[in-house]
Amino acid sequence: MSIRERLSGNEAVATAMKQINPDVVAAFPITPSTEIPQYFSTFVANGAVDTEFVAVESEHSAMSACIGAEAAGARAMTATSANGLSLMWEMIYIASSLRLPIVMSLVNRAVSGPLNIHNDHSDAMGVRDSGWIMLFSENNQEAYDNTLMAHRIAEHKDVQLPLMVCQDGFITSHSIENIELEDDEFVKNFVGTYRPEHYLLNDKEPIAVGPLDLQAYLFEHKAQQADAMRNAKQVILDVSQEFEKLTGRKYGLFEEYKLDDAEIAIVCMNSTAGTTKFVVDSLRAKGIKAGLLKVRVFRPFPGEEITKALSHIKAIAVLDKADSLNGIGGALFEDVTSSMFVQNIHVPTVNYVYGIGGRDTTADQIESVYADLAEIAQTKNVGNPYRYLGLRKGDVK
Amino acid sequence: MSDINVNTPMENLTIGGNIYTSGNARDFKTGDWRSAKPVYISENCKQCGLCFPVCPDNAIPVCKDTLQRTDFNYDYCKGCGVCAKVCPFKAIEMKEEGEE
Amino acid sequence: MADEMKKPYNLKEVVATKPSRFTEGHRMCAGCGAPVVGRMILRALHEEDHAVIANATGCMEVSTFIYPYTAWTDSFIHTAFECAGATCSGAEAAYKSLKKQGKLPQNKNTKFIAFGGDGGTYDIGLQSLSGAMERGHDMTYVCYDNGAYMNTGIQRSSATPKFADTTTTPAGKVVPGKMQSRKDLTEIMVGHHLPYVAQSIAVGNFKDLYEKSEKAIYTQGPTFLNVLAPCPRGWGYPTDALMQINKLAVDTCYWPLYEVVDGVYHITYKPSKKLPIEEFLRPQKRFKHMFAQGNEWMIEEFQKEVDKRWQELLDLEEMTNRVTE
Repeated sequence: MSIRERLSGNEAVATAMKQINPDVVAAFPITPSTEIPQYFSTFVANGAVDTEFVAVESEHSAMSACIGAEAAGARAMTATSANGLSLMWEMIYIASSLRLPIVMSLVNRAVSGPLNIHNDHSDAMGVRDSGWIMLFSENNQEAYDNTLMAHRIAEHKDVQLPLMVCQDGFITSHSIENIELEDDEFVKNFVGTYRPEHYLLNDKEPIAVGPLDLQAYLFEHKAQQADAMRNAKQVILDVSQEFEKLTGRKYGLFEEYKLDDAEIAIVCMNSTAGTTKFVVDSLRAKGIKAGLLKVRVFRPFPGEEITKALSHIKAIAVLDKADSLNGIGGALFEDVTSSMFVQNIHVPTVNYVYGIGGRDTTADQIESVYADLAEIAQTKNVGNPYRYLGLRKGDVK
Repeated sequence: MSDINVNTPMENLTIGGNIYTSGNARDFKTGDWRSAKPVYISENCKQCGLCFPVCPDNAIPVCKDTLQRTDFNYDYCKGCGVCAKVCPFKAIEMKEEGEE
Repeated sequence: MADEMKKPYNLKEVVATKPSRFTEGHRMCAGCGAPVVGRMILRALHEEDHAVIANATGCMEVSTFIYPYTAWTDSFIHTAFECAGATCSGAEAAYKSLKKQGKLPQNKNTKFIAFGGDGGTYDIGLQSLSGAMERGHDMTYVCYDNGAYMNTGIQRSSATPKFADTTTTPAGKVVPGKMQSRKDLTEIMVGHHLPYVAQSIAVGNFKDLYEKSEKAIYTQGPTFLNVLAPCPRGWGYPTDALMQINKLAVDTCYWPLYEVVDGVYHITYKPSKKLPIEEFLRPQKRFKHMFAQGNEWMIEEFQKEVDKRWQELLDLEEMTNRVTE
């Protein structure tokens, strides 16, 4: 039975962690994810969980300790944001290469510099090819549900990869919303017990983890990781389907919102999808065939499926909440357009970089994107594909 | 694990480069690194034990029952000479590798 | 320390009856000091106990675990250069958690030991080490100190002694080697108020090293061992001279042997005749320029520093024992 509650995104994740009852949590405070280890420490202090909470001295050590714990045979979790993830960077790659299904809550925030504590996706985009499964969450409910499903996906024998659940800093992490929680018993049964095949603490089979892996082997080990990432797609679908059966809440690789018969569509991730749905509804009321594709599973990137879902659209805007500073466009834009190109589907597509450093993105701005798309759909002229939304810019000639 | 080699296809490699057969470096012989060779002269040896622990390569076998050392394990000895230098009784002599 | 009466140390028995947990077939250089100490430290483990060993990136790691071979008979984990402390602490936390939950056999003990070179310990891994020690994990961190970044080709570290010629402090016409004194990591660890901190080396019958290792491993809580491990290549001495160099290090008081038990200092070896520091410096090429004509001041300065630190240690021993009596 679901329980109706009102929780912030951080509380929702911390609640999921309490219900998962991981063996080890190692974390370091950083805005806006700080509340997660805070809430979790109270669970530890009050005996609500069996977890060893390791209050490390840095995020680098947070991930190192999670790696040590997970390799030892424990379920390990952590939470971080922005610069915390940057400091972890080295260990992020090591966690995935050691095939350790660590689960991390990433409360998205702009990476320095200059320093800014507010939301964008530059932290997540920096580790997008590090071998972690990346799930994005529109709201508190999705952050909670994604966390409940995380271990089932990450620990699956065909996967064995770490997983991060992303949500927007402050926008969802600090906003209290209605949420449906599952009861503790349900979570315990759904998540199940972690039984790794090989682990450091098994004295009957001592193992060695983290070799010097030279020219004859690293290539193959990396290809194994790539295989596992590809395998993750089906596992995510299977776990999501089971979750839907039990809770009634449906999840796929992405959500299609009024996309079936849409002529113009926006592709985006996390909380902006909420604003976009509101705009789609108001445009539909005016007879404009607007739609939305909200990416949930960013890694592995469901390129074929997204292409299929967008193939009938006349003009597409991909919204990136992180600028890639590469002269060509944002990461999501690159993934969507290259997926479509290799499948020979050519739809006029533009990129909007938006919301950097917590800049508000309003319904009016989203509506202006659809207006641009309507024009592109008609003229078939993309113009400048690399655009900004909500950026102050003078009329420089 | 020792059946893993440079021809093993990726499907048969352990994930993450894990090794599940601890201590299998014994299958990797380092004796061919040697340019100088320690020769054990047992008649001079007083079994004082000073050479037992100084070998970086664990190449001086010590019998569990008699607590006495035996001849070198040349599969691993790299010929560093630390044992010979520490021996007070001239029971280890360093020779050029290949010399009899 | 464990309660039961300890049998007196017997080198032959230890070596013969306790199988090596650090096997042959590793690829460290001929004459390297690190495997010698690493192996003896692990021999201090009780035979029935399992160990999880965390290793910082460095000579020891890259030579003992080259896929698909490992020279460790216990469980072993290497993650990166600067985080053996944190990695080990995570494994220890897992043990505590799983044991508490009844997910591991209750009658089996696992001990946690981290190894790092001086680069991975004095320098890049200091924060990770400090954090792990402060948090009170039940683990032993062992620094095998060879006084430079040997794995990458003899670059200076904060453990490199003053005036040493390294590839990043070359003895040149204007700058005669490293111009800074060595960091005293052992004292920094004493400052963490750990239950057991010790400095050791491989000398004689290895009694000092073995006993300190056993104390460190079987003292409840975070403990630290700093062990000098000469590097023939980096220090520039013949590969066979390991034990002679070690002896000179302690007889000149360059590397004092001592332990600090709950804050109380015990110097475990006081040379009956303290040798002049030249004896330790002369056989090593990294100090060769100090013996050139006109550079006598360098040796004098080095000697002064050694004397000063030795006196400090004697004072600390006197002071801490006085207080507790």
